[in-house]
Formats: sequence, C-alpha cells, structure tokens
Amino acid sequence: MMIVRLALQSLANRRVTAVLTVLAIAVSVMLLLGVEKVRTGAKQSFADTISGTDLIVGARSGSLNLLLYSVFRIGNATNNVTWKSYQDIAKMPEVKWIVPLSLGDSHHGFRVLGTNTDYFTHYKFRHGQSMKFVAGGPFKDLFDAVIGSDVAEALHYKVGDKIIIAHGTGAISFIKHADKPFRVSGILAKTGTPIDRTVHVSLQAIEAIHIDWKNGAPVPGQSISPEQVRKMDLTPTAITAAMVGLKSKLATFRVQRAINNYEEEPLSAIMPGVALQELWGMIGTAETALSAVSAMVVVTALLGMVTMILTTLNERRREMAILRSVGATPATVLGLLAAEGGLLTLAGVVVGALGLYAGLYLARPYIDHTYGLSLPIDPPRPDEWLKLGSIVVAGFVAGLLPAIRAYRLSLADGMMVRT
Amino acid sequence: MDDLPTLEVGQRGESVGSPDAVSFSDVQYTWPGSSPFTLSIESFALARGEKLLLLGPSGSGKSTFLSLLAGIVAPNKGKIDVLGTNMAELGGAARDRFRVEHFGIIFQMFNLLPYGSLIDNVLLPLRFSRTRRDRALVQGPVEDVSKRLLMALGLDESVVGSARAASLSVGQQQRVAAARALIGSPQIIVADEPTSALDRNTEGAFLKLLFAQSMAAGASVIMVSHDESLGQFFDRVVRLDEIAVAKRGARQ
Repeated sequence: MMIVRLALQSLANRRVTAVLTVLAIAVSVMLLLGVEKVRTGAKQSFADTISGTDLIVGARSGSLNLLLYSVFRIGNATNNVTWKSYQDIAKMPEVKWIVPLSLGDSHHGFRVLGTNTDYFTHYKFRHGQSMKFVAGGPFKDLFDAVIGSDVAEALHYKVGDKIIIAHGTGAISFIKHADKPFRVSGILAKTGTPIDRTVHVSLQAIEAIHIDWKNGAPVPGQSISPEQVRKMDLTPTAITAAMVGLKSKLATFRVQRAINNYEEEPLSAIMPGVALQELWGMIGTAETALSAVSAMVVVTALLGMVTMILTTLNERRREMAILRSVGATPATVLGLLAAEGGLLTLAGVVVGALGLYAGLYLARPYIDHTYGLSLPIDPPRPDEWLKLGSIVVAGFVAGLLPAIRAYRLSLADGMMVRT
Repeated sequence: MDDLPTLEVGQRGESVGSPDAVSFSDVQYTWPGSSPFTLSIESFALARGEKLLLLGPSGSGKSTFLSLLAGIVAPNKGKIDVLGTNMAELGGAARDRFRVEHFGIIFQMFNLLPYGSLIDNVLLPLRFSRTRRDRALVQGPVEDVSKRLLMALGLDESVVGSARAASLSVGQQQRVAAARALIGSPQIIVADEPTSALDRNTEGAFLKLLFAQSMAAGASVIMVSHDESLGQFFDRVVRLDEIAVAKRGARQ
C-alpha cells in the first residue's frame, strides 16, 4: 500500500532521529532483558552453589551465619564443633557420609579449608556436578594443598609450587605458618562457587600447623619441625562445621531435630537449600530495584520517542493538510502517526532483543569464566514475551499522544497549510 | 500543445441536472475556540466550467470559505450544494470521500510530500478514491497519465522522473500540485493563492496551463487571492466581502 510506503518514506526522511530513537528503545530493551537474564542467572548460580548435601552442621547459630561461613566462606564461626560431636553424628544410622570443614586460616586473602578427600567427591554444585581437577589431584601428603581456579589464576600457581599459609583470615596477615610450607598438589576446574577461591588442605595439616600454637599465637621457644609433626597424632580436637549426606531425604527433618537437640554441645543443623532461599530472599530486594530501574529506562526511551514525534509534528502538519486535501480522513492521519510510534517501538524491541542475544552469545563464555555466572541463552519466557509485548503496546499508545495532537491540528487547520 | 492529454468530460454522470457546480445559501460557520471567528454567506454560486477569482485580503475568511467549500468543516447552519449533494448533511468521513472524488486542491505552497517522488505525489488522490482512479484509468495506466499531465503542465521529462519532490523549485512544485489536483478529473479545482510564491511571468504561464487542463477536463476553477491583477485570467471576479460577512470576537 502506498500510504504505508509513504509513512515509511516519511520516517526515512527523518532517518537520523528515527534511528536514534530506535537505538534508545533498543538499548533500554536490552537493559530490561539483560537485567532479567542476569537476575535468573545469578539466582540459579546462587542456588547451584551447593547441592547433594542434606545438612550442614555447625555450632549453634543462625542458619544464615552458618551457611555464609561454611559455604560462602564469609564471616566466621561463633564456635567450634568438637571432634566427639562430629564422630557421634557420623555414627548416626541415617548418615551416609559426613565431611568435616575446618576454617580459620588464609592464603593471600583466600580462605584455607581443612577437610578430607571425601570433600572432592561429595561436594556437588550446579545440579549435582562434581569438582574436576585441571591439574594434579587430591592431597596425598600431609602438606599437600588443592587450590581453586581463582586462586591458581590470581596467584599464578601451578602444581608443585610451595605456598605458605597465614594464620587468621585477613588479606594481609603478619603471623604466618612459615615453618611448614605446603605443596600445590592439584588445581580444581572453575566451578562458579566459593570453591574457586579456596585453598583446600587436609584436616591433619590444619592440626599440624597449629600443633606448636596456643591461644592463637606460636608458643615462644617451642618449635616442632615438619618432620617431627609427621610422627605425632594429628587427630583434631575440633572442627568448624560438617557437611552431611543422608541415606534417605525423608530422614532429613528427624536428623536435623536430633542434631539441634544434641545434649553434649549446642549445635545447629541447616538444610542448605532452605538457607539459600532465605539468603536470596534478603538480597532479592536489590534485584527488584534493578528491575524497577530498567523499567524506568524503557519509559524514558518511550518518552524520548514521543518527544521526537512531537517536535517533528509542525513539519508534519503540512503533510497532514496535504493528506486531508486528497481525501485522507482524520482517522487515517491518526493511524499514520500512531503506527509510527508503534513501528519505531517494535523496531526498537526487535533490535534490542537481537542485540541482547548477540551480546549474550559473545559475552557468555567470558562471564561464566570470570564471574562463575552461567547466563541462560534461551528464547524469551512467557513473562518476557509479555514484557516485550507491553513495550510495543506502550509505544503504540505513546504514539497516540502526538497523533491525537496532529488529529486536532488537522481539524483546526482546515484547508490552511501552515509552515 | 499537441501532447495535451485529452481528458474526457462525459465520464462522470453525476447530477447533470443542476446548472451550478456549487451553491451556498444562508451558510454560517463559527470556528470553535476561545476567540471565535464567524463567517456568514447568504448566497454564492459557481457555475459548471466557470473560472472564478475570489478576492479578499488576508484574514477576511478566505481559508474558512475554502474549508467549507471543500468539506473540511461542516457549516453550523445553511446549505452547501456541490454537484447536487448537500455537503452540510454529510458526515465527516462522507465529506472526506466526497472531497477526494470531486475536488482537486492546490495550496499556496508546500503542496508536496517532500520525500515522495513526483509521481507518488500526483497519484495520492487516486489512493483515497476509487472513482478518481477509475476515471484516470480510462486514459491509460495511472503512471502514464500522471506523466503526461505533468508534461502538459510544462515540466520537462527529465524533471518528471525525479525521485524526490523536495528537489524541485517552487514553480515546479506548484505544477506538480496542479497535476495532482487535476488527475482523475475532479469537477472542481480549488486553489488557495497558488501563484503567490511565483513571479509574474511564471504566474501567468502557470494559470494558462492550469486553465487549459481544467477546460479540457470540463472542471470549474475557484481560486482565492488578494491580487486583483489576476482578474484578467478569469471569467468572473468576486470579492469575498460582497458575498460573506466575517465577524470576529465573542460567540453570539
């Protein structure tokens, strides 16, 4: 139809402003969808931090605190769990496996985790994925360490390198276990979880480097060499927390209650999934704010479009009068302008969506590698389609605003062509 | 002028009975708004095939008169008979249709869609009216008809092929506007000071060409202007203040 062609030509005549308007809408749509993708990606990555573990046991505290220090290595434990409690839990008939976690030391700001080799088989993330070694393997010797991929990358470590562990968890520590260096025995593949930023050593090693310490400081004049320590009993007296796997998920609540009511020591058992949900609920406010901001950006872009159409309206009055003189009804005039708004928005939405997917496709490996955030490349979900559709409708409605004005003008102008 | 398109008169067949193409009786119209302008026309007639010049200074109500005539606005009272149809009784959409079928309109300036080609601009009325399209088709494919018309109005063939109307001079643009008004043989050509932006020589040439084509098509021409010297080209000259009373100010 020639009218449609003329409408397009009219737009082409104003192509610079039209293209800029489409770009503004496209960028806002990219932002809106991008925030949505990052949001779902982040939520998923977050929920995927730990899986396969039924309970996390620690000294009695809030579930978030326990989750934060045991899984995310954030903050510190309020208290320890005695080795006896650990063994009692391990002996419970419902317990299939238990992995001890001992925290408190660090290496250049990366937390050091004392555990056993079961950790590498039982800790699961991202729907039950297991850890993989890119180099070396689990610790065999007392002074072996397995490092996460971020640690390896940041400090340029390779298998066989000697590292020294610092006491305490600060990025800069003045008290070091310099007398007992460790050897990197393995480097883990990127997981996108806190594992990447962790140095893993054996529980016995944690015990060994603290054997000549008392109350958080080396005992003066008493130094035990690595060779001597190997001959000593290195059974720990306490650990920080433990991960527990059960034979049947049905027993989860029963075991949890039993641990919470453990009489010899105040303990807490949490279900990591539930605690993760709780934690996400707290930081979820930020995601709502982010969505709100991106929605505002879309509104801004649409306002920009209305402004663009309005400013060209004077020039268009001429066009309207000409079209009216050759028989166009005011409704045609209204339709032309409203269609223009709808068309610009539609173009913006399409360009924005394609741009986002292209960007996602290009940036995905980088984002996954750098931030451990796996962003899904899937077609827009129903609610996203709804959002996109709403934007087009909003653009059409916004286009009505100048259209109604043009309509009024074309009625008031009558046969006069104004300049 | 051998290559003039031969525009047949007898194709229309509507309301041959009435001798006048247009007649106004007791028409009154008030522009809405805070400072209303009222135009009253007791009686006015335009004969079929007549070339009439309507004189009036600016602000005398010429544009209002043309808006009433072309059915852009409907009178508050009175009767506007155009080719046997009382326009005052037609609804908005019907007036729009009536206008494109029976009127060719030429504005003072800025007649063309600047981004459209010359042919696009000329063919515009045919897109809104099947009747005019059919009338044009009698003379051949519409593109050819418009080309012939443009050339008959004194445009070079090289200019006629122009992709964009914006590249034309004002005089050329007015010729394209005239071609658009004439295509599909509407019965009444309405021109609102079409020559005001042209110099004297071009003005005369433009009017002669316009009249040659309108006569060939048997159309009446009504043109408004403030320039009395144009009277020599017309059959009749009417001053607007002789036929109409313009009143400005508060609503009665």
